[in-house]
Amino acid sequence: MSGPGRKPMGPPRKINFGMLKRVLKMLYSYYPVLLPLTAFCIIFSAATSAVPAIFQQQVIADIQIWYTTGDWEGASKVIIPKILILVGLYAVSIVSVTLYTQLMAYITQGFLNKMRCAMFDKMQDLPIKYFDTRKHGDIMSHYTNDIDTLRQLVSQALPSVLQTSVIVVCVLGIMLYYSFWMTLLVLLGVVLMFTVSKNVGGGSAKYFMRQQAAMGKTEGYIQEMMNGQKVVKVFCHEEKCQEDFDTINEQLFEDSFKAHAFANCLGPIVMNIGNILYVIIATVGGVLLLSNVPNLGISTLIAGGFGVITIDIVIPFLNMTKQFTSNINQFSQQINSIAMALAGAERIFSLMDSEKEEDKGYVTLVDCTVDEAGNITESDHHTGMWAWKHPHSDGTLTYTRLKGHVVLDDVDFGYTEEKTVLHNITLYAEPGQKVAFVGATGAGKTTITNLINRFYDIADGKIRYDGININKIKKSDLRRSLGLVLQETNLFTGTVMDNIRYGNLGASDEECINAAKLAGADDFITRLPDGYNTLLTGNGSNLSQGQRQLISIARAAVADPPVMILDEATSSIDTRTEAIVQKGMDALMKGRTVFVIAHRLSTVKNSDVIMVLEAGRIIERGSHDSLIAEKGKYYQLYTGAFELE
Amino acid sequence: MIRKLAKSIREYKLPSILTLIFIIGEVIIECLIPFMTADLVNRIKGGDDIGSVVRTGLILIAMAILSLCCGGIAGFTCAKASAGFAKNLRHDVFSRIQTYSFTNIDKFSSSSLVTRLTTDISNTQMAYMMIIRTAVRSPFMFIFAVIMAFMMGGSLAMTFVIVIPVLVFGLLLISRYAMPAFRRVFKKYDRLNESIEENVRGMRVVKGFSREEHEKEKFNTAANDICADFTNSEMIVACNTPIMQFCMYFNMVFILIVGSQLTITHMGKVIDVGQISAMLTYGMQILMSLMMLSMIYVMLTMSAESMKRICEVLDETPTLNDPAQPVTQVSDGSISFSDVNFKYYEGAERYALSDIDLEIDSGMTVGIIGGTGVGKSSLVQLIPRLYDVNTGSIKVGGIDVRDYSIEALRGSVAMVLQKNLLFSGTIKENLRWGNENATDEEITEACKLAQAHEFISAFPDGYDTYIEQGGTNVSGGQKQRLCIARALLKNPKILILDDSTSAVDTRTDSLIRRGFKEYIPETTKIIIAQRISSVEDADLIIVMDGGKIVSKGTHSQLIESSSIYREIYEQQTKGGDEE
Repeated sequence: MSGPGRKPMGPPRKINFGMLKRVLKMLYSYYPVLLPLTAFCIIFSAATSAVPAIFQQQVIADIQIWYTTGDWEGASKVIIPKILILVGLYAVSIVSVTLYTQLMAYITQGFLNKMRCAMFDKMQDLPIKYFDTRKHGDIMSHYTNDIDTLRQLVSQALPSVLQTSVIVVCVLGIMLYYSFWMTLLVLLGVVLMFTVSKNVGGGSAKYFMRQQAAMGKTEGYIQEMMNGQKVVKVFCHEEKCQEDFDTINEQLFEDSFKAHAFANCLGPIVMNIGNILYVIIATVGGVLLLSNVPNLGISTLIAGGFGVITIDIVIPFLNMTKQFTSNINQFSQQINSIAMALAGAERIFSLMDSEKEEDKGYVTLVDCTVDEAGNITESDHHTGMWAWKHPHSDGTLTYTRLKGHVVLDDVDFGYTEEKTVLHNITLYAEPGQKVAFVGATGAGKTTITNLINRFYDIADGKIRYDGININKIKKSDLRRSLGLVLQETNLFTGTVMDNIRYGNLGASDEECINAAKLAGADDFITRLPDGYNTLLTGNGSNLSQGQRQLISIARAAVADPPVMILDEATSSIDTRTEAIVQKGMDALMKGRTVFVIAHRLSTVKNSDVIMVLEAGRIIERGSHDSLIAEKGKYYQLYTGAFELE
Repeated sequence: MIRKLAKSIREYKLPSILTLIFIIGEVIIECLIPFMTADLVNRIKGGDDIGSVVRTGLILIAMAILSLCCGGIAGFTCAKASAGFAKNLRHDVFSRIQTYSFTNIDKFSSSSLVTRLTTDISNTQMAYMMIIRTAVRSPFMFIFAVIMAFMMGGSLAMTFVIVIPVLVFGLLLISRYAMPAFRRVFKKYDRLNESIEENVRGMRVVKGFSREEHEKEKFNTAANDICADFTNSEMIVACNTPIMQFCMYFNMVFILIVGSQLTITHMGKVIDVGQISAMLTYGMQILMSLMMLSMIYVMLTMSAESMKRICEVLDETPTLNDPAQPVTQVSDGSISFSDVNFKYYEGAERYALSDIDLEIDSGMTVGIIGGTGVGKSSLVQLIPRLYDVNTGSIKVGGIDVRDYSIEALRGSVAMVLQKNLLFSGTIKENLRWGNENATDEEITEACKLAQAHEFISAFPDGYDTYIEQGGTNVSGGQKQRLCIARALLKNPKILILDDSTSAVDTRTDSLIRRGFKEYIPETTKIIIAQRISSVEDADLIIVMDGGKIVSKGTHSQLIESSSIYREIYEQQTKGGDEE
């Protein structure tokens, strides 16, 4: 069950049977016992709700026979057993209904939960590219809208389809049992019903599609205006906005009105066709009854040949007509929702089927001890020293000290095959060196760091970390050895302490506080109402940009990695605050290999090497002083003759 | 709350009422149909001649067609009424937001306003449709069917005396337990989705720290917890169907047993077969309508949250209003702050600005320098009265800003906000926000002054270049210059740039400032900047810290007197290569 309006409305689509099979298979694999049991209960309850109609009619027929006699004693001997059978059937029906509705609630929620978890697990294993190439809202809608259509499918559409089809088959069977002619008549009526509802439904679908489009347009406009509300106010543009909005709103009204008008009319139309069909059957039945037309049905075939239409056939037939049409109706309504759910399922499976982030690395990072002779021994506890454990094809193991020596050798890279964004990048970062990248937006600064931690894989060339090709290193271990501070700070819901500990889950409170002190964050954290236990929500919306950045620096500090990547870590902080953060950063950078990307040149001045990037190539490299002396691009940038953004 | 929302029905009252009328018509016919069919069945059974059977049949068909018409028209008017109601509601909410002051806007996040205007209103529309279609239909159907049942069935109707309380009690019991459980679990569910969103946004951090497994574990725990809650609530709700079925079956068995006995012992004089059939039909109708009522109840409680959120927007009263007799002309660009104290929220502990005294003559260029959060933006936002001062006063052109009409004041005070925005549309359309009737020459002139003309002309479509939503297809520096040009087109007496040239290179920045001096000398210019070079040559520089003005003076004075200014200056020119 879900909140109102979460159900996305859309046009009816073709049913994708392959997808349906896949969903059912999945359901079955999760509930190999419960699912068949539920299906059995549904079929059973459907059958028991179709059959009693016969007994009901028989009781009424019996009354018909006996009421002229006034002999209840005699009649009860015939009627009571039938009613008892009826009661028995009802009891069974109620039990099976109770069972299947409870089971269904259990299965639906369990299934959705399993799907959610499977999706989330899968999502964690997807490469960054997946997230970079999709809107976050689109990914989110898998968890909200698409899961919701699945809920509809499993909890309502599927049981309902199963139930109605069982009833339809049962009723059809009984009708054929009584009379072929009249069955044919009912079927003709049903065909008519289908045609009408298809046409009306088609019109409705067309307008629903338009409504969806109008809704999208309205939402886009609203989004833009709500974001720009302050600009609107500054320019006193309120009236103009209102005018524009009203135009769009009017269009939405038109489409929404038409879509719903069609949809609303469908119900009465179909219901009354059912009514008319009922009357026609009754009248025709009456005519057949009076004119003694020979009847053909399974019952007469068993008896051997034609029979006559009697009142005992016409009366139950009337009720069955009602049952038949209303079930057919329900069935056709579910078709739409199944088609929609399968479209949602398709989107979910497209996420589940996306290729995982590949990791063929086999070099791992281990704790180690180093003796005086420089021999490295693997250790099973935290020693503060790390080594790369490198198994070779001949079965031997070698250990390499983790130092933070990074080499890029003639690296080419493009996000897509057609367009190379980095050309012939070669650079050497000695342990403890600070390497800076400067250049305009789009020059490829961030891309380089994306390659070092293997968010993306290079197209050509080599990247070596402590002499090991990074393709051989297990990704999680590689990333563990690289600290990351990004311009866009992402904090998670939880306490400040939790957020700092994110860098190293094994860190004690004390270690976290020390890291915060190192980053210069301790000062403001202790002044928060609950100190380190202050709860952060909504990406730390209760903190300032600078404070958030300080926490993310502390988070990187507690990980204590030999290599740090600082991607525009201070660019959203003003120069004065930056001076404070800078102290923390400097402390953090000490003794580590650091890659700095900065928009503000004052931040990178003291780097050992500065790389100036332009259009994916390194065009200048050297220290600040040498680059200034060169009077090249860096000099121009530094003196403010060029825009960086 | 409902009364408040109902105000937006307005011209759609007529279709709403028509819907009710036609639905009542439909219900009456629907209730009469079993009556007539019972008659038809009796005629067939009684062996009446074909003529009378056909006649009854024709009446029934006519009734069905009538019911179809009523239902169809009701569906039509109902769609019109609910879509119209939603339209009006959207209009009202949107126009209410247009009256908001900055204080009001700060209260709601823009994404929450978007949800309120879209999802919440759609929910309300659906609820409204449901109400006018079913809320009348079900009780009406219920009452009508009960009356008919008692009239036709006599003592047989006693079954309802037993069944209805059982059903009502059952449904009430279920909703009493299920509703709060659902509300709780939905809150949890929303939080779960928020955490997914957090994860998606922070994927680089998750992967950067290799925390995939940790995240999976965290998520699985939370998801399983929610799943257990959901299953519990769903199972409670799932009891609806068996209870309903029990009542239905009880009803049938009761009617059959008692009915058959009554019929046979009294030889059909008290009750006949047709009546038993009709009673079965009415029984169904009564139970169905009760079921519908309980669904409406659920639907309403669920959309109540949406309605509440819409009402919050409508109830928010704008904190700024025009005075009764507003001044409509701003005479010049002089500004004076006297004893100004200001905080964003009534309940805020600290003032964002305190003890501000400041005199700015018309035509002056004023620079403001200071760290983040020291109150620079707050100070300038008070000038076009985006916020009202708590104590003290601000005069523009010698008159208190609260005495002007807001439109006149903001027409004369152009402000380029720090968080600036271009809207989707051509460059020209964006610039015309400043002045709707600006000629092409005026636009070009403003762009030249903002140093934007050059790059605009370099675009293949020039001034007709389409700007994407949020201005994503121009660079940060270009966007800032377009925003300046847009403000210039207002031909303002006071021009405020709130850190508006941060992405513009220093050379262009100085060209812009030189242009200001030359072409709009009459206009008072207030420039907030990070770079000292942007304010160096101003007539007056204000240094702010902790919501106060700590020093005022020219560049050379401040280098001498202000330690903060000197510190910033030194930090920016360290290395001595600044021009």
